[in-house]
Amino acid sequence: MSLLPYMINGISVGGQYALIAIGYTLVYGILRLINFAHGDVFMVAGLVMVYATASMPIYLALPLAILVTVVLGFTIERVAYKPLRTAPRMSLMISAIGVSYLIQNLAFYITGGVPQPVSNPIPWISDQVTVLGASTKRVTLLTPVLTIVLVFLLVYIINHTKIGMAMRAAAKDFETAQLMGIKINAVISMTFVIGSFLAAVGAMLYFTNYPSVAITSGGMPGLKAFVAAVFGGIGSIPGAVVGAFIIGLCEEVIKGLGYTTFSDAFTFALLIVVLCVRPTGLFGEKVTDKV
Amino acid sequence: MRDMKKTKMVFTAAVLVAILAGCIALDATLPSYHIAITVIKKATVYALVAVSMNLLNGFTGLFSLGQAGFMLLGAYAYGVLTIPVAKRESVYQYFDGGAIHFSLPEIFAGFLGDTVGKTVGMLAALLVGGLLAALMAYLIGLPVLRLKSDYLAIATLGFAEILKAFFQWNKLGPITNGSNLLKSYPYFEHATPYVLIAGVLIAVILLLINSTYGRAFKAIRDDEVAAEAMGINLAKHKRMAFVISSFFAGVGGGMMAMYSGTIAAAPFKSALTYEILLIVVIGGIGSITGSVIASFLYIVSSEWLLRGLDSGTFLGINAPSIFKNGFRMAVFSVIIMVIVLFFRKGIMGDRELPDLLDKRPKKAKKEAAK
Repeated sequence: MSLLPYMINGISVGGQYALIAIGYTLVYGILRLINFAHGDVFMVAGLVMVYATASMPIYLALPLAILVTVVLGFTIERVAYKPLRTAPRMSLMISAIGVSYLIQNLAFYITGGVPQPVSNPIPWISDQVTVLGASTKRVTLLTPVLTIVLVFLLVYIINHTKIGMAMRAAAKDFETAQLMGIKINAVISMTFVIGSFLAAVGAMLYFTNYPSVAITSGGMPGLKAFVAAVFGGIGSIPGAVVGAFIIGLCEEVIKGLGYTTFSDAFTFALLIVVLCVRPTGLFGEKVTDKV
Repeated sequence: MRDMKKTKMVFTAAVLVAILAGCIALDATLPSYHIAITVIKKATVYALVAVSMNLLNGFTGLFSLGQAGFMLLGAYAYGVLTIPVAKRESVYQYFDGGAIHFSLPEIFAGFLGDTVGKTVGMLAALLVGGLLAALMAYLIGLPVLRLKSDYLAIATLGFAEILKAFFQWNKLGPITNGSNLLKSYPYFEHATPYVLIAGVLIAVILLLINSTYGRAFKAIRDDEVAAEAMGINLAKHKRMAFVISSFFAGVGGGMMAMYSGTIAAAPFKSALTYEILLIVVIGGIGSITGSVIASFLYIVSSEWLLRGLDSGTFLGINAPSIFKNGFRMAVFSVIIMVIVLFFRKGIMGDRELPDLLDKRPKKAKKEAAK
């Protein structure tokens, strides 16, 4: 049995995880918050895509899906995280879990609890193509390319624009950045907008490969993307991307070897090993804990 | 001062006795399939697990999200050890009757008589489940407890997922029945045994919290560095809190299995942990009474009182297009978010049942209003 198709798939899945992982890593870098709701934002993007492509032409549907997701991410930050800025981190995390619970239940109410079938929403990218003798969908090849392009764009924004500089400053030192006149709330909103945008793109690529979007579809990819972010060194964008590709690859290869049950477990085992051996991840900065 | 203490004790005892009496009365008058009985069973199980989570998250300040995994262990231990030998063939039909050919209730029934022996066997199975969960917590705790707040949360969440994967693994099928259900095991029909077991265990947790160890836990929660400076062994106490909390979660898992009648790995997912965490938050982080009250409120309203929100008619308003499937949970999660954002102390804050008799100092109220 050849592992090649699994590896191609793995790279593709890795790209999708990378797009979600960036959302985690950006938010964690600034707020020190595991945004548990990010996976659900991803799921909502998938749902909106399914609904929108069914009722309008594709050139309207996709921007609409992205817009809805971005607005959702922005709203979550304003409503659920902003009031808790001075609260202990545990409250913030509980709020994130609450939001995740709320989104899932609202989605359940709207969809009636029935997984929404994905019926070829974006025709061109789900065509079959053959690479190196392995037949696959075009989206599998498109994903890593698109991911890399978006990541370069993002890195450019962060390194060479004013808002990017503000984001780096806020990630370095929240309070000092504020003293230097950076509008911290705008910066945080911006990170959520970027994170949600990338998650929406990720969702479009991810769900084209799946038969349906269920309300719990966001949970697992979300958690795995978070693991990828930790693995790469939380707060670091290249780290998140590399981590996501490695996790995507490993997972699919494990499936290829016939241990499908353990593909999820592997990811978490990796997380625990990384946290114990090298908590800063592959590219993370070394931080000394202040007392 | 002395009088106040006495009044408080009498008050607490009276409330507890009243609850138990009410429960026995319900058991005597209602059939065991009545919704009230079901709700009480489920709520007591949730109360126990919520209190165990509170011990860890609220009293020791360790933000752990592994509760579902420990419950899974407890549930499986209970099921595997109590399925009657005669029924193993049909339960483990894909695994030639399984690898275990004894059943604790039957062993105990052999020399203690049928009724007593069976009960003892079931309790022993619960205990084994708790001990297994505690053992697993000890092992997991070795690497994980060194991590700080949110890393700890995600690592424990990960462990729960790994456990879930293992229990669904076909190679372990002769014991866990793979991804098939475990069923046909004995359970308590009435609500009183649940209330008694959970009540005793919660009382034990309460005693623990008021002991030297409990004070050490709280010190760790409030300030790790200061606690260490006062001579508290951080690693030891954190591990202890983790192991004890997991023990109770394991027993809670076993009781959950009893209550639901079948066991599968799938329901023990992270959503279950989140649900319990939110119950703890509603009740007040750091209040045992709060967790218990919140469990009952949550289960009674979600399983019973608010059913109408899902089925078309609520409070006499008939609007099937709004009150359709899922509306109940949507309303619920909005309420939870309001509590999380605006009433961060929950129902009880960090007060316990006897503290309800305290008059609220007016000064504190004024300050809070500012």
